[in-house]
Amino acid sequence: MTKANFDALNVGDEIPSFTTEPVSRLTLALYATGSGDHHPLHLDQDYVRSKGMKDVFAHGMLGMAYLGRLLTQWVPQEAIRSFGVRFTAITWIGERMVCTGRIVEKLEQNGEKCVRLELTCANEQGEAKHKADAVVALA
Amino acid sequence: MLIDKKHIGMKVPPHSVTPTAWQLKWFAKATGETNPIYFDEAAAQAAGMPGVLLPPTFFFCMDMDKEHPFDYIETMGCDLGKMLHGEQIFTYHKPAYSGDVLDFDGQVTDIYDKKNGALQFIVKDVKVSRHGELVCDMRTVIVIRA
Repeated sequence: MTKANFDALNVGDEIPSFTTEPVSRLTLALYATGSGDHHPLHLDQDYVRSKGMKDVFAHGMLGMAYLGRLLTQWVPQEAIRSFGVRFTAITWIGERMVCTGRIVEKLEQNGEKCVRLELTCANEQGEAKHKADAVVALA
Repeated sequence: MLIDKKHIGMKVPPHSVTPTAWQLKWFAKATGETNPIYFDEAAAQAAGMPGVLLPPTFFFCMDMDKEHPFDYIETMGCDLGKMLHGEQIFTYHKPAYSGDVLDFDGQVTDIYDKKNGALQFIVKDVKVSRHGELVCDMRTVIVIRA
């Protein structure tokens, strides 16, 4: 991990991005175990069809966890001051999530030098699934 | 039907959770995490941590770790089949680890609607603490479709 440095960073800079493996039914089963969220909307095709939907879909918080990983691959987790996400679209089985982030502001908050980042989790066609905002303290 | 705003201020029954390295291992596997401080107790201890580090969004999972995580929404007369997760915000104060006893204390802090009631929003704020020390503030915004 290259150490992120406040003075060397500029508004508009991008942080290292990644693309996930396609979200599969197995991914959702694993996430159900890891998160404790066994809602049938994510696991049971018979249930979702009875609700008029075409297929099971990903837990929103799975996408937020991917964006959390985007942050912690860039800085140690203790540098994260806040992290918020808006869920804007459903993630379907088979979609790869493209996770990107860029610096939108340099600021001082509670006496610490910080950067504000805009993070996006989108499919490969560019449809944003989650838009997030994080404040990270940097030395 | 619009949710009665008298529910603003409703306390959610508090609960405690002790996250396990076992569960965090599955969470790491599901989310593609490869840094062992998030799933391997020995690696976390070698890095000077008392247990496996809880990743940034895991506080939400623990908040849901109870028999009826949405009972406060049912109390308002809402259909859980029409519920969506709208927003999730965390403010961090201290790191937390597997084996910590974490207390979750939540309250409904706002209810509002948009599009003439077609979308209703329920805001819940939760304080997560360990032996009385604040670890994380968490806000969950739930959307109820008409």
